[in-house]
Amino acid sequence: MSFAEVLLAQKTFPFEDLLFDVNAAKVESVLNKDKLSIEDLLVLLSDPAADYLEPMAQKAAAITRRHFGNVITLFTPLYISNYCTNRCTYCSFAHEHAINRKQLSFEEVEKEAIAISKTGIRHILVLTGEAPDKATFDYLRQSLSIIANHFSAIGIEVYPLTGGQYEELINAGYMDSLTIYQETYNEELYKTYHRGGPKENYFHRLETIERACRQRIRAVTIGALLGLDDLRREAFAVAHHALYLQKTFPDVEISLSFPRICPLVENFIPGVVVTDRQLVQLITAFRIMFPTLGITMTTRESARFRDNIMPLGITKVSAGVSTAVGGHIGKPSTTQFEIADHRSVSEMQRDLLANGFQPVMHDWNMKMSMC
Amino acid sequence: MEDDRLIIAGKAVTSRLITGSGKYSDDRLIKDILAAAECDIITVALRRVDLVKKGDSFLKYIPEGKTLLPNTSGARTADEAVRIARLAREAGCGSWVKIEVIKELKYLLPDNIETIRATEILAKEDFVVLPYMSPDLSVARRLVDAGASAVMPLGAPIGTNRGLRTLELIEIMVEEIDLPIIIDAGIGRPSHAAHAMEIGVDAILLNTAIATSKDPVKMAESFKYAVRAGRMAYLAGLGDESKKARPTSPLTGFLDT
Repeated sequence: MSFAEVLLAQKTFPFEDLLFDVNAAKVESVLNKDKLSIEDLLVLLSDPAADYLEPMAQKAAAITRRHFGNVITLFTPLYISNYCTNRCTYCSFAHEHAINRKQLSFEEVEKEAIAISKTGIRHILVLTGEAPDKATFDYLRQSLSIIANHFSAIGIEVYPLTGGQYEELINAGYMDSLTIYQETYNEELYKTYHRGGPKENYFHRLETIERACRQRIRAVTIGALLGLDDLRREAFAVAHHALYLQKTFPDVEISLSFPRICPLVENFIPGVVVTDRQLVQLITAFRIMFPTLGITMTTRESARFRDNIMPLGITKVSAGVSTAVGGHIGKPSTTQFEIADHRSVSEMQRDLLANGFQPVMHDWNMKMSMC
Repeated sequence: MEDDRLIIAGKAVTSRLITGSGKYSDDRLIKDILAAAECDIITVALRRVDLVKKGDSFLKYIPEGKTLLPNTSGARTADEAVRIARLAREAGCGSWVKIEVIKELKYLLPDNIETIRATEILAKEDFVVLPYMSPDLSVARRLVDAGASAVMPLGAPIGTNRGLRTLELIEIMVEEIDLPIIIDAGIGRPSHAAHAMEIGVDAILLNTAIATSKDPVKMAESFKYAVRAGRMAYLAGLGDESKKARPTSPLTGFLDT
C-alpha cells in the first residue's frame, strides 16, 4: 500500500469529535503512557494539553536525552541554483518573481564547498529550485560529484527525481539523504498554494520519499510547512507519514522538521499563524510519540528559540546559513527566505557547548556504505 | 579477586566494566570517566570519527594504554559493518571490533543474521570480534562457530535504561556458552549491573546511563563498584532463594545431635 492510499483512508477521520472529547484527565492519561497512538498524539496537541506544556517538555527532554544523549549534529545548506518554474504563492524563488537568479558554475560550486568545509562542517544539504531544464539532472549530478570531495555526508533538497535517478546518485556515492517537505498534506489546499510548474502535482511530490526509500537511501527528512493549513491536521498527516515510513522502510533513518513559514513574498499572508507555544507543543508531542526519530531545527527560528527548544527533542541544527545562491563566496543571489539565526558555525559550536551540548560535526561517512 | 581476570582473545582484562564514548555533553569528560570507572576497554563509534581530520575527533581524549573497541554503529548490513571495521583498522584503531548491525531503526534491535555474517568475515581477517546481539542460544552458538571472541547480548533495547528484560535468555547463554558473555545495552542502574554480574555474566558494557547522568563521573564510579560487587557475589556463591522463611536455628536440629 502506498502512503497516498494510507492518507486517503484517513480523509474521514473525525478530528472535531476527538478533539472535543479531550479533557485534562485524558491528557494526563496519555502523558503516563509509554507508547502513543496517533489519537494520543492529537490529545497532546489539543487545547486542554496546552496547560500541560511543562510536563510535556519534561517528558520530551528525558526521552531525547535517553536516546540521543547530549549531542546535536550540525549541517549547512548549500544553494546551487534558484531558477524555478514553479509558482508557489509563498516562495520568493517562484517563477513569476523578478529576482536575482543564479546558478553556480562548477567552479563556483567547488569554491562554495571549500568555503563551507573550512568552517568545519562535514554534513551538507544541497538545494536547488525546480527548473529541470536549467538545473538539469546532469548538472545536479556533476555538482554533487564535486561537493562529495569535500564532505562526509550529503543530503539533497531538490526537485523530485525518479527512482532511477536516486539510485544513480546513491550508488555513485554523491548523496545519501533526502529532504522533501510536502508543504501541506491537504490536497485541496495544496492546489491553491501551488499554481503552476511541476510541483502542482500533489501525488508526484507525496510519493517522492517512497521512491527514494526503495533505492535504499540512508535517511529522509519529512515535514509540512507550518502556516498553510490547520496545525493539527498537518501533524496528523506527518505522523501517519512517519509511521508508514518506519513500518515500510525500517532501515531508513526518518527525521522530521517543522519549518514555520517566513516568506519574503510581499502580500502573502499565511493561512494559519503558529505561535511559539504551539510549536513547542507540536515538537514535544512528536518527541513523546516518536522517541527515536531525528528532529531538525533550521535557522528560520531565532537563536533564542532554538537554544531553548533544543533539549526538548532536537537532534540536528543548521548553522552558518545563507539561503542565497553563492552566499558563501560573496556573490549572492536573492535569498529564499529570511533566516532568524545568523550565528556562524563556530558561534553555534560555542553556544551549544555553553548550553551543555556537544556539537557533532561528523556522524556518518558515505564511504562506510559504499561497496 | 586479583587473579580473577577476564580473558578476551587471550588478553587479560582487569576491569569488567566497558564504557562507551558517545552522548557526552563534552568529550573532555571521557578522560575523567575512564579514570573513575577504571575501565581498560572503551568503545568508539567510528561513524563519529572524521577520517579526513582524525586529529580533531574525540579519540584525542582517550588516554594511552586503553584498548579501543571501535563499533560499527550505523551499519545496516554485514557488508557495511565489515567496511567500517576495515576503515577502523586502517585509521589506527586496532583490530578489536564490536559488530553492531541494526536495520530496524524504531527499536534499534540488532539483526542477528547479518551479525553472524559480519563476524564470520572479520574473524577470518584476524579481527577480535565482539558481536552485539539479541539474546538467543542458537545464534550465540553460531557466533562462537563464526569466530567471535565474546558474545554481547542486550539486556533491553539501546538507550532504554530498562535493565535485564532478557534475563531468562541470558541465564541460558551464561550456562551454555563458554566464551565471555558481556551485557551490552539496557543497563540503566548500578543495581542492574550488579544483578547481571551476580548471575555469572562476565562483563558489562554501558554508555547511556553514565553519559546522560547529571554527574557522569560519579555515575561511572558507582558502576565500577556495582560491577565489582556483583562479580564478588557471583564468585562467593549466592544463597538459594525461597519464598518461605528458613530459620538459622531449625526446630528439628536436635535430631542430628
